Amino acid sequence: MNLPVYATAGQRVWYYGFRVICGLIYFFLLAPIIVIIPLSFNAQDFFTFTPEMLRLDPAGYSTKHYVDFFTNPDWQGPLWNSLAIAPVATLIAVTLGTLAAVGLSQSHVPFRRAIMAILISPMIVPLIISAAGMYFFYSRIGLQGTYWGVVLAHAALGIPFVIITVTATLVSFDRSLVRAAAMMGAGPLWTFFKVQMPLIMPGVVAGGLFAFVTSFDEVVVVLFLGAAGQKTLPWQMFTGLREQISPTILAAATVLIVVSVVLLATLEILRRRSERLRGMSPG
Amino acid sequence: MAGARNIQAETGPMLAADGRPLKDSLNRALRRQKLRALLLISPLLLFIMLTFVAPIADMLFRSVENQIVQETIPRTVKALEGWDPSTGAPHDEATFAALYTDLVIAEEYKAHTRLGTRLNYEFGGASSLFRGTGREVGKWPTEVYTEQFVASDPAYRDGAAWALWMADPSVRAVLPLTADAYDAWALMTVVEKDDVPAEEQPLDFVYTALYRDLAAGALPQLMPAVDVDNWDSVAIRDLFLEEDAAWGELPVWQAMKSYGGNYTAGYFLNAVDMQIGANGPEMRAEDERVYVTLFIRTMILSITITATCILLGYPVAWLMANLPARSANLLMILVLLPFWTSLLVRTSAWKVLLQQQGVINDTLVWLGLVDDANRLVLINNEAGTIIAMTHILLPFMILPLYSVMKTIPPSYLRAAKSLGATNWTAFWRVYFPQSVPGIGAGSILVFILAIGYYITPELVGGNKGVFISNRIAYHIGTSLNWGLAAALGTILLVIVLVLYWVYDRVVGIDNVKLGG
Repeated sequence: MNLPVYATAGQRVWYYGFRVICGLIYFFLLAPIIVIIPLSFNAQDFFTFTPEMLRLDPAGYSTKHYVDFFTNPDWQGPLWNSLAIAPVATLIAVTLGTLAAVGLSQSHVPFRRAIMAILISPMIVPLIISAAGMYFFYSRIGLQGTYWGVVLAHAALGIPFVIITVTATLVSFDRSLVRAAAMMGAGPLWTFFKVQMPLIMPGVVAGGLFAFVTSFDEVVVVLFLGAAGQKTLPWQMFTGLREQISPTILAAATVLIVVSVVLLATLEILRRRSERLRGMSPG
Repeated sequence: MAGARNIQAETGPMLAADGRPLKDSLNRALRRQKLRALLLISPLLLFIMLTFVAPIADMLFRSVENQIVQETIPRTVKALEGWDPSTGAPHDEATFAALYTDLVIAEEYKAHTRLGTRLNYEFGGASSLFRGTGREVGKWPTEVYTEQFVASDPAYRDGAAWALWMADPSVRAVLPLTADAYDAWALMTVVEKDDVPAEEQPLDFVYTALYRDLAAGALPQLMPAVDVDNWDSVAIRDLFLEEDAAWGELPVWQAMKSYGGNYTAGYFLNAVDMQIGANGPEMRAEDERVYVTLFIRTMILSITITATCILLGYPVAWLMANLPARSANLLMILVLLPFWTSLLVRTSAWKVLLQQQGVINDTLVWLGLVDDANRLVLINNEAGTIIAMTHILLPFMILPLYSVMKTIPPSYLRAAKSLGATNWTAFWRVYFPQSVPGIGAGSILVFILAIGYYITPELVGGNKGVFISNRIAYHIGTSLNWGLAAALGTILLVIVLVLYWVYDRVVGIDNVKLGG
């Protein structure tokens, strides 16, 4: 894709023009997220760069929105709610999801396509429809407005991601290892935890991360299913954006950006690790 | 004989080590394997069924369920069975008496307002009509019957006597209205008041029913004989009309008749701007049509968003597919960063940037592209929705495009060029057709996601940029018309499932990549 030395002027213009276009698209993708970060240090309660900020005057910057985010109960309550809901939902999704993915990867599974379609369905059905259905149904059985209602709903939404990532890892799993373990006298449980689990671990962790993010970011379902006691961080941001928009939102957003960078880095490391492992194993 | 048996054993079925036929043995192993697989899957399947599939089924059920009219005013619904709406509003006293009994009972259970709310979806004014009449119906002068019965024989005041009469099948047979009213009253006394019916005097509406039965010529054996011919009476129809003239008009009766069934297509008709008229389904008045427009707008905006995603995603995917692995990897991370960033963060960013006093307008003014007085309106309209959602959904286009483009060998392009094709011909005739599966996969994915979006249109779409999802949320949270919300949701679900089926045919579910 490098420009050959004999390229004509037109080819040069096209070559650089194309890169500029791509650069602009990347700018469109990234700028809105990046611009949030300096704006969150605004000393004023404005949502734009003040003249002081543009002059890089330290007086134009402050961490007061962060102080507000980390001390104001309006934000701390939702933050802790999010942290109480997401891990439990993730745990349920990962446990049941991994088990089912192992089952689905067996060579003879009756109704495989139908089962797969049902298990993936929470990812396909638009969130508003899931939210509506869950609201109707959970009010009937008294789960609406409870912690467990939200946790179960979020676990259901996270399960497709676990299924997809774990099944993908299982495809490359060498089943003769299971037979080898059985031949050497290991029971099915021992084989699962000592042989299969370590090898599919990257997929499980990746699926868990997806499930965690799904729950941590989710706002539509919790908006309908939750009561005030289950107000999560995205919910608080949603209310903030809809009613009185306070600059603390930008501080909250920056914190969440940092969280997603960390998650992305973890996933990237996992991906490289599994590539390296796959590179080492023959076949 | 022995020789024959030997020959049979040699040509017979092959045996496994334990002496069973090998075929059976293999089948058994296969069965056990299937069972184990199902056992591993079943906890999750059960979990999804309970937490997800059952709610969706509940929603589908709610979109046609309509028991409230039948449950609240069963007598009126029955009385209206033989009524023909083309003859105008009912005039007969029996229908009004049935409605009177129903309303008195409904008022005790506080169910009449719910019924009013339900019928209000079909014609305006039903809510206040039912609430107003329901409040007054207990105070109507029907005690005139009670007083006359009690005056003619004190036994009519006695709850125990009533209980005895009403337990007798022959009495019940000749006094159908009374038996029905008494049963309803007895149930109400137990459930609502926690009293014993045999110790209480029945309410006025039971006496009214008895009067109507006796006036029709019934002669109950057990009860004290009374002659009701010359009694004072009240015309229940007049009482209704005095309370509200709307009872003398067609719409309320038509609504009660049309929605009297246990299941209705009414919500679905409503969801496509239709209603049940006198002659079956018909379009609503021009100014009441909302949903078809909204569905069309949702479609158009989703298509626009998909198109902009293709336009912006294609060059980026191409660049990534043609760069050396190391740089491509870096660019991929830059695509994944927004993909992983919280939806709310990205929406907040756009909300902040697109404001009239926001960063984008500031920059444009500073560059002199836009006059300070005419700042662009980029938010709370379609533009806001399209910009923000393109940004949010772009990674879903880039990822499938990239995975398809990576499989296109670059030598094809070189071959085309060396055979004399221009750059454009080589791209358009050789490269582009091979990338179409990627475009298809990305488009369907983006379109499915876009069509059901709620949060972003709600926050940056204003009035003009909202989707059908926002209307569903409105009906669940604000107008409380759950049936209509369920019907709109069902239609949306069907659209998405059809698209998904297409996606599965074109790409396959197993090829869903998560960019990990």
